[in-house]
Parts: sequence; structure tokens; C-alpha cells
Amino acid sequence: MWQGRFAVASLIVVALLASLSMCAVGGGRENQLEVYSWWTGPGEEEGLNAMAKEYERENPGVTFVNAAVSGGAGSNAKAILASRLLANDPPDSYQRHAGLELLDDVRSGKVQDLSSLYDQQHWRDVFPKGLLENLTINGKVYAVPVNIHRANLMWYLPSTLKSLGIDAPPKTWGEFLSQAEIIKSKGKTPLAIGPEWTQKHLLETVLLGELGPDDYEKLFAGQISWTSPDVEAALGVYAKVLQYTDLKAAAGDWQTQLDRVVQGSAVYAVMGDWTANYLEGVKKLAYESGYNVVASPGTDGIYDFLSDSFTLPTGARHPDLSRDWLIECGSTEGQNLFNPLKGSIPARTDADATIYKGYLSWALAQWRNPKTRIVGSLTHGVVANNAYNAEIDSALGLFVQHADPVRFADTVQAKYRETQ
Amino acid sequence: MTATHVPRHAQAPTRPVYTPPPPPKRRKRHGPRWLPGLLLVSPSLILIGIFVYGFLGWNVRVSFTNWRGLSPSYHSVGFDNYVNLFKDDRFRGDIRNLIVFTVVFVAGSMVLGFVMAMLLDKGVRGEGFFRGVYLFPMAISFIATAIIWRWLLDNGSGADTAGLNKLFSDVGLGFLRSDWHKSDSIFAIAAVALPAGWALSGYVMALFLAGMRSVPETLRESARLDGASELQVFWYVVRPMLRPITFSVVLIMLHISLKTFDLLYAIDQGNLRIDTPSLYMWFTTFDGGFYDRGATIATVLLLGVALVVGPYVWYSLRTEKR
Amino acid sequence: MTVAAPPAEGVRTGSPWGTVARYFVLCALAAFFLMPVYVLVVTSFKNPSDVSATHIWDLPTSLSLSNFSAVWPKLSSGFRNSLALSIPASLISSLLGCANGFVLSKIRFPHANIVFPLILFGIFVPYQAVIIPVSQTMTTVGLRGGGDPTGGLFGLLLIHIIYGLPITTLIFRNHFVGLPNTLLESARLDGAGTFRSFVDLAVPLARPAFAVSIIWQFTSSWNDFMFGAMMTGRDSWPVTIALNNIAGGQAVPFGQAMAGALLVSLPTLAIYVLLGRFFMRGLLTGALQY
Repeated sequence: MWQGRFAVASLIVVALLASLSMCAVGGGRENQLEVYSWWTGPGEEEGLNAMAKEYERENPGVTFVNAAVSGGAGSNAKAILASRLLANDPPDSYQRHAGLELLDDVRSGKVQDLSSLYDQQHWRDVFPKGLLENLTINGKVYAVPVNIHRANLMWYLPSTLKSLGIDAPPKTWGEFLSQAEIIKSKGKTPLAIGPEWTQKHLLETVLLGELGPDDYEKLFAGQISWTSPDVEAALGVYAKVLQYTDLKAAAGDWQTQLDRVVQGSAVYAVMGDWTANYLEGVKKLAYESGYNVVASPGTDGIYDFLSDSFTLPTGARHPDLSRDWLIECGSTEGQNLFNPLKGSIPARTDADATIYKGYLSWALAQWRNPKTRIVGSLTHGVVANNAYNAEIDSALGLFVQHADPVRFADTVQAKYRETQ
Repeated sequence: MTATHVPRHAQAPTRPVYTPPPPPKRRKRHGPRWLPGLLLVSPSLILIGIFVYGFLGWNVRVSFTNWRGLSPSYHSVGFDNYVNLFKDDRFRGDIRNLIVFTVVFVAGSMVLGFVMAMLLDKGVRGEGFFRGVYLFPMAISFIATAIIWRWLLDNGSGADTAGLNKLFSDVGLGFLRSDWHKSDSIFAIAAVALPAGWALSGYVMALFLAGMRSVPETLRESARLDGASELQVFWYVVRPMLRPITFSVVLIMLHISLKTFDLLYAIDQGNLRIDTPSLYMWFTTFDGGFYDRGATIATVLLLGVALVVGPYVWYSLRTEKR
Repeated sequence: MTVAAPPAEGVRTGSPWGTVARYFVLCALAAFFLMPVYVLVVTSFKNPSDVSATHIWDLPTSLSLSNFSAVWPKLSSGFRNSLALSIPASLISSLLGCANGFVLSKIRFPHANIVFPLILFGIFVPYQAVIIPVSQTMTTVGLRGGGDPTGGLFGLLLIHIIYGLPITTLIFRNHFVGLPNTLLESARLDGAGTFRSFVDLAVPLARPAFAVSIIWQFTSSWNDFMFGAMMTGRDSWPVTIALNNIAGGQAVPFGQAMAGALLVSLPTLAIYVLLGRFFMRGLLTGALQY
């Protein structure tokens, strides 16, 4: 009988004791800057920490709190962030991709207009025009870009091309298709592919290569319909390209996708330039000798960019501290601390180029070249808002099953109208 | 008159015989006899009322609005969301997937868990070890489980063969090779029931084992004394007493199946062949900002549950021996 | 590890072939369950450059603890937070579930038949559907966000207890339903009130149910990601968030992710082992005096 009382009492006591250490945690402090991102992986975390240290150095007495939450390619972070924003408890600054991904935040009044900060810091003089255009929503700017990644790239191993007797990577998707036939006949996969978002990534590069930058931009601005003949022809090319990928055995991750290229069972992969960090850092391949990269077919001279940027939330607890953070994000020092570690290039055109080696120096040269045509990425939230992008995901997931470009085009066009 | 009882385990320490407490002072009873019981449960009832039904009500409310994005809108659009949802190709596929997944996962785990419990019930050497091994998968966080199973279910071919397929070919069982969750058919969603079953069958075993071990040994002994074989003892004595626990098991497995999210999310998100309403709800709400559609999916899902599970619960409660 | 007590008296004349067959099946099943664990362990000890999907079955070329040493500092504070969370959550929600189960199975109050299904329905609530209202409520009450001295952990504890109530109630109620009413009645005749019956009678009889309930609640609160991420911040987040940050970034260091996962699963395994003894015995046999 006493067993029952003993059990109940001990359960309660153990519970209380265990929960005591909760009180030692402590909540928010006064002098802190809480920055919310999804940068927790190798490279990106080091970059953020470098900036954090610099921030604390410049602002003694302030603690930089790195509230990064990763997973699902930012999907977890977006969900948690949404719950905080809806509860009116924003962090002091949060990460978004520059471009239309911010549209919802802007419309809901969750972020503050930073145009005056831009004027004060003369950022309009150092960011390229293409970037500034994509950052501007209804005439105002709401985020400060830290880095630039490029999406329209094709990666390969020179040794594999040599062994197959291919001289050079294809310059157009038509050329790719003919090369692919040869590669397939030799028993290798022409193009490696991964999960759904990489398939969307491939879609945008094919559209860019087939339509050209002007029509690409018009398509996503709604000035050209998805059902127009040019676009449907491009979708047909995409369908053909997909047939030469290992879609049926798609890799689970973009890294596993690249592994197939590294192993030699696949020849090419279309992926953004975070690949360079992976190939050099983890796979220990050297730029140009071990691996090489070119603009994806049909997009030479076009820079399909995406940019990680930070915002000033409305109702942030320490707006002045946030402003200091944003100034650091847009400054040369800040960008040069972050980017070499992350494996991306600075958004500023006046940052010191000599610290960027290997692939990054080529990327930087391209970014700064006034002749380069800059367009925004679809997959990474520049030219499409969240709702539109999510609907495209659904439509693309179905397209991969039914392989009907016309049906895909009709669906996406209808969704475009609904999501503006 | 006390019946002699046979201790379940010969070495079990003798229990103190239950001695009734000294007769307490006669308490005046305030209120009906069941009042203390009701008071004991009332905190739970209140909290569940708010956190379950209150918040479900919020979902229902939002499902009748056109709330998109971060600015809440409670402007009513009638049943539009429901109509559109049933026309939505992705949602229809999701429902199909959910049904297949539920059937394969629940049936598979229950059979496996029951078999394991049965094997262990008699007592084997190293029972603790086996129990630990079968339960351990549940301890592993879903992220790691998903990564491991993503590798195991990799369907590369030729030089890219990896995972289970590679194991099969290495041990000469190459014909078992499968495309798993990348298959072009409904098999894809059934394949994902494999990691789910791997993770949860141990718990089903634990539940059944607890149920089996709760059957008093006296009952088994008297059946044996009457000449029943072990199998008959099991079938006629133990099995009927497992009714309540089976009820628990079915409900627990059903709810896990409906809620399975983390595993699918991390194994291959975006692959619509393994998409379920729970995934769609997440992505459409938090990636796309379609709060209205998300709430509609939640409501439809729960209505479906009520319709399917409700009769089962009612039937089980009615046929309970009191 | 608790060792099974030998089987009861009473002749078990299973044939030796039957026993062999049984052990064979048990071992085969163990192999199935251990196979992914093998991958987990082996990958944890590999060098980062050796990790690749096509070589998951290969043993490490050299045993390396680098993954563990890289991962431990990131997980240590998370461990403390998760323990402070999961231990109370599992114990308290089990206790409350026991009380609920006891009342719902043995005490007939008006409309008790409706109350139980209503509670039961709570287990089906998908967390994604309630994450927004929960976060808003918690912020309003002050249990979330900057002001809270526990960094949101207390609110998270409450969430786990509340959402654990339906399932623990189910487990206990169904356990008690299977027990005879005679005990309760004799206690009643001796003047025991509801609460004393509960503590003195019900709790000791519910040991196997406590085992399954604590196992479930501990695992569920330990492995929860969504509520944890929503309620807590950097200092207070549970170990799952820390692990997810290792494994969810853009470039996943798989060796570290696996090492981390291995470490994170150890406390739950410890709970399973500790509670193993509750599966050993059946009812408090001394109490079964008819």
C-alpha cells in the first residue's frame, strides 16, 4: 500500500528536481541582438560566427545571439519564424532570400523600409543594378544582401569528359541532348539529379537557356504566359532533358547528386555554386584540374543569382542594434569576413577581390563585369513570391509523374494569377 | 477464502499481503460519490478543451477564410476552400497515399509487434537484450532515421547501387532489388511504411507484452491444469484479455500513421508519390503562406478520422466487459 | 541491463526444435532492427571523407572519434535542457494519465462514456495545425519569448504534458479496464475515498502501464522538434534542435550527424533499459485475493 504513495511522491519529486535546471537557463537579456537564420552547416556557420565576433567587437557589451534553425532547405526556419511574426515577437533581424520572397513580409508590414539606410550608406553605388532592381519592392528596399550565389552552373570532372572523348561541355541544351545520347550509349548518366528542389533548379536553368534573360524575366513577371508557344517549347526541352537524368533513381540530396559526378557514374550536374565548397572541402578536388564548372547551357554571360539578406523587423526589440547589424552586413569588412568562409561572393562590387580564390574569383569577375546580365533565381525566391513558388512545387511534383508539359503550363499559369 | 496463487516467477519476492487501512473516521460525504473522481479529471478536461478543441475550432474558423500570408484575415469565403481542396490533384493523391500507408504500416507493425511479444512472452534468455534491440529504433531521432533510411532505400543502379539493394546483391538476393520510394507506382508510399514500421514495431511489442504479462498466471495455470496446450492457453485465455490493449494499439498506430510527417519530410520531400495530407498541410501553410488551405486540410483530416475511428471506438466501448 | 527471470513453474514442454526456431526468429528480427543501427554506428566512427551512400556497409578504414568530439560541444547544453524537459514531462503526464484512466474506467460519473472518446480524439491532432494558436497563446501568457526566465522550457513542458494527456489516458484507462472491480470495491468498503484508492491501489497495479506510458512520453518529448523550435531560443533549446542544426544545413556533415544522433539516442535507450524490469512481473499478485 505504501508502494503507491511512495511511487507517486517519488515521481513528483524526481520531476521537480529535473525541472529545476530549467530555471538556470535564463531568457532574453537586455543588451542582445538576436539574429535569425538557417545557417548551421559547415561554412555558413563559420561565416556567421565571424561576423558575430566582429559585431561584438564593434559593439562592446552587446551579445550576439545566433538563433539559427536549419532543415528542409529553410522550411523549418520559415515555419518557426512565421509563428513568431504572427505572435508579434520578432527577432532583431532575420534572414530571407532577396527578392519576391520578401513580398509577403512587406505586405504584412512585418519589415521596415530600409531606403534611408541605403542612402546613408551609399549602397546604391556599390550594389549592381540588377541586384538593386530585384531588391526593390514598390519602390522601396527592405533587405540588405550579404552574399551572392550563382544558380546557372554546370559541374563536371575533366577526367570523365576526357575518358568519354567529349571535348567540351555543351553550349546549348540542344548540344546537351546530342551529347547525352552518346553518354547514354556508353552506359553513363548524362545528368545527375536530386530531390524535388533540384529538379526545379534544373527547370529554371533550362528556361533561362531556352528563353533568354529578357523572356525569362517577363515570364515570371506575368508578361508572358506559360502557355505561349516559346515557353511550352522550352518545357518540352526540359522534359527531354529529364529523360537523360537519373530521375528514377534520383539522389536524396544535392551532395549525393554531386557524388555521382565525382564517382564518374554521371557526367554533368546542374547546381548552384555552393557545390564548389563541397567539391573542394569535402571531396578534396581542385578547381579546374579536379573539377570544373561552366555556365549552364545557353546561359553564358548571364548571372542567375540568389542572395541571402537580412531585414529589420517591425517591432524588433533593439532596432538600433539591428541597424548596426545591417550596416555590418552591407559593409566591405562584414562581407569579406563572411563570404570566403561560406563559399559565396560579396554583393558589393568594391570588395577586395584578391581574397577570393579559385572558383570564387571567376564568379566574382563575372558578377562585376558590367556586360553580365543579372537575373534572379526562381528556386531561391528572387523572382517568385512564396505562394507562387509553393504552387509551382506542387505542379512540378505532378509533372514529373505525368510528363505532360501542356498540363503543367496550364496549371502554373492559373496558379500565377491566383497567387499575385 | 483465499485462493492459492502461483507466483508468476518462482524467485519473485513474496509480496506483503494487502492489509486494509484502519477504519477512518466517518467522513460526511459532500456531494455525489463520483464528485472526487470528476475533480481529479477536471484539470485534464479543461486543458484538453482549450488546447485540443479550442485550437481545432480556430482551424475550422480559418478554413472558412481566405487567410494568405502573414496578415491574418478572417474574411469569410464560405465553403470555397473545401471545394477547391477536393478538386486539388495533389490532395487527392495525398489521400490515396495516406490510406495505403496506413493500411501497410498499421497492419505490418501490429503483426510484427504481436509476433515479437508472443515470442518473448514465455521468457527467453536474453529477453532484456531483445527487448532493448526492438525498442531502440524508436529512440533514434527522426532526422537520423530518415538519413539512414534514405541511404538504405537508395535506388541507384549499376555502379551507383547502394543501401539495401547493394546488400541484396552482395548476398545473392539481387532479385529483391527495388526502387522503394522512388517507384512509379503506389508501391512508393508502401515502401516508406518500412522505416516507419521499423521504428514503431518495438513499441507495439512493448504494448502487447505489457498486456500479455498482465494476464494473471492463475488463469493460465488453471487452463493448463484442465489440459489445454500452450497454444490453446494462448488462444482462449490470453487473447481475449488482450482486447483492451489491442484497442490501444490500433488507436496509437492510427494516430501515428496520420501524423507521420518527420520521416517523410526528411526522406524525400517534394516527391509527391510519398506526399500525405500532413506534409501538404505543412508546406502549403509555411512555405506558401496558404493558411486557409492548411486549416482546411487539418479540418478535413480530422473529420475523416472522426468518421473512421469514431465507430470503432464506439463499438469497442460497447463491447467491453464491465 | 536487466536480465529476464527464468520462466514460471509449470511445465513448459516446448520441443527443443521449437526453442531453436524461436531463437532463430528472434535473432533474425534482431538483425533486421539492428541493420540501420549498424549504419548509424559505423558512419559515426568514419572519417568525413569516407562517408558516401554507396559505401554505407563498409567498416571504417580507421576508427575516428573526430565526429564525436566535433559534435559534443554543440549538443551538451541541449542535453541538459532536454533532460530537464523530458523527465518531468513523462512522469507528470503519466501520473495524470493514470488518474484519468483510473477515474474513467472505474468511476461512473455522468456522461463518462462521452468524456473518454472526447479525450481520445485529442491524440489525432496534427501539431502543424495547432502550432500557430499555441505560439500565440503561449506568448500572450508570457511563457514564450524574451521575458520568460526558463527560456520557454516551462511552457514547452506544459505543452508536452497537455498533448500527452490523451495518449496516457488511453494507455491507463485500458489497463484498468482489464482489472477486476473487486479490489476497488473492497477498498471502498474499508472507507477509502477516491483519491486514496487511486494512490494506494491503482498506482501500484499500473506498473506495466507506467512503463509503456513513460517510455512513450519520454521518447515523444525527447524527439519532438516542432514545439521545441517554436518555444525556445538558443540557450534553452532541446537537443533535437541542436542535432537538427547539425544534420539539416545545406552541406550535411553526415559523419557528425550520425555521431550526434547516436549520442542523442542514448538517454532514451537508458530509459528503456531502466523500465525493462516493469515488463517482468505481472500484477501485484499478492493483491489478488478472491
